[in-house]
Amino acid sequence: MSNAAPAHAEGNKGKTPRVLVAIPAYGEEKSIGGIVSSIRRKLPYDVVVVNDGSLDGTSAAARNAGAITLDLPCNLGIGGALQTAYQFARDHGYDALVRIDADGQHEVEDIPRVLDPVLRGEADAAIGSRFLGEKEYRISIPRIFGIRFFRWLVRWNTGYRVTDPTSGFFAVNRRLIEFYSHHYPSDYPEVDAYILMHRQKARAVEVPVRMYERTEGKSSITMYRAVYYMVKVTLSFFINRIRRFG
Amino acid sequence: MTRITILSVLVSAALLFYILEMVRRRRLREEYSILWLAGSVIILVFSLKRDWLEWASNKAGIFYPPSFLFLIGMLFILLILIHFSITISKLYQMNKKMAQELALLKHSRSTGHDEEPNTIPTIDPESGVFQKSGTE
Repeated sequence: MSNAAPAHAEGNKGKTPRVLVAIPAYGEEKSIGGIVSSIRRKLPYDVVVVNDGSLDGTSAAARNAGAITLDLPCNLGIGGALQTAYQFARDHGYDALVRIDADGQHEVEDIPRVLDPVLRGEADAAIGSRFLGEKEYRISIPRIFGIRFFRWLVRWNTGYRVTDPTSGFFAVNRRLIEFYSHHYPSDYPEVDAYILMHRQKARAVEVPVRMYERTEGKSSITMYRAVYYMVKVTLSFFINRIRRFG
Repeated sequence: MTRITILSVLVSAALLFYILEMVRRRRLREEYSILWLAGSVIILVFSLKRDWLEWASNKAGIFYPPSFLFLIGMLFILLILIHFSITISKLYQMNKKMAQELALLKHSRSTGHDEEPNTIPTIDPESGVFQKSGTE
């Protein structure tokens, strides 16, 4: 692939930017419709739901609410699903992509706030942080430990001073869309993305966002998964530091 | 000839024959047979040439020559397993790319207009990596 910046992204300043809201979803038929229709009602953006191989009504619910749906024939993991959205955004000429979760933890009304630094050209990526706002966000002790560890890992290796390294609510510009459409981790992509951005010399900023407790079901992170998560993310973090991209 | 020598000659000769036969019948691809063939040939040669084995195990500091054969066998199994892990990763990568292309294709078909005429993926036979015609 070529690393040259796409000409039209830079020379597009006068036009209204085209924004794609991407929602990777697996088995979220209960919550997805509400989120999609809320975005469609409040914001002038296209919504793409990438159904990560689930066989329930996720895809139909999303489509009925006005989303573009991409159905993966098998489960690839959040990163693999999200990468499909990057490829879609790349192929259809979107200027920016916002990722938001399907489970209702993120506030749809915060989307413009996350997008703002990217659309104004101040940053290549803007990441929503639940810790920057005025509201105290309650998290469990092991999570605090994990988040502190990743904060330190990211800061030590990339220099980005992040407060919420595992945030799944972010916006990226055309340049990162193109890069991520080729290189993106298959699962747990959030922390890894900092190394990828660092390698791309991308400018990243954090913006305060609200975050809600899960409305449906429990978090998928169990004890075993948490340990696997730490090991996998740390490993691929360091591998991506020394990997060649091209 | 000690019994272990006879055993290893028989086993490695059988393995060699079996692998060649699988390749001949196209049940096993040549590139995946190379490590198996190399391993079985080396073990066969060392089993037949006792003095070569003694010389080599002496150099390696092993007192009981037949255990040098086990070492070679284990090293080859290790290599073959690593080779498999790499192959699985490559297949995973291809599978992921294929699933993503399929999801994008299904969408462009359902909307009726194909906006991406130049993005039919092709597989580079050397690396097994997908390439998009027109973008490379």
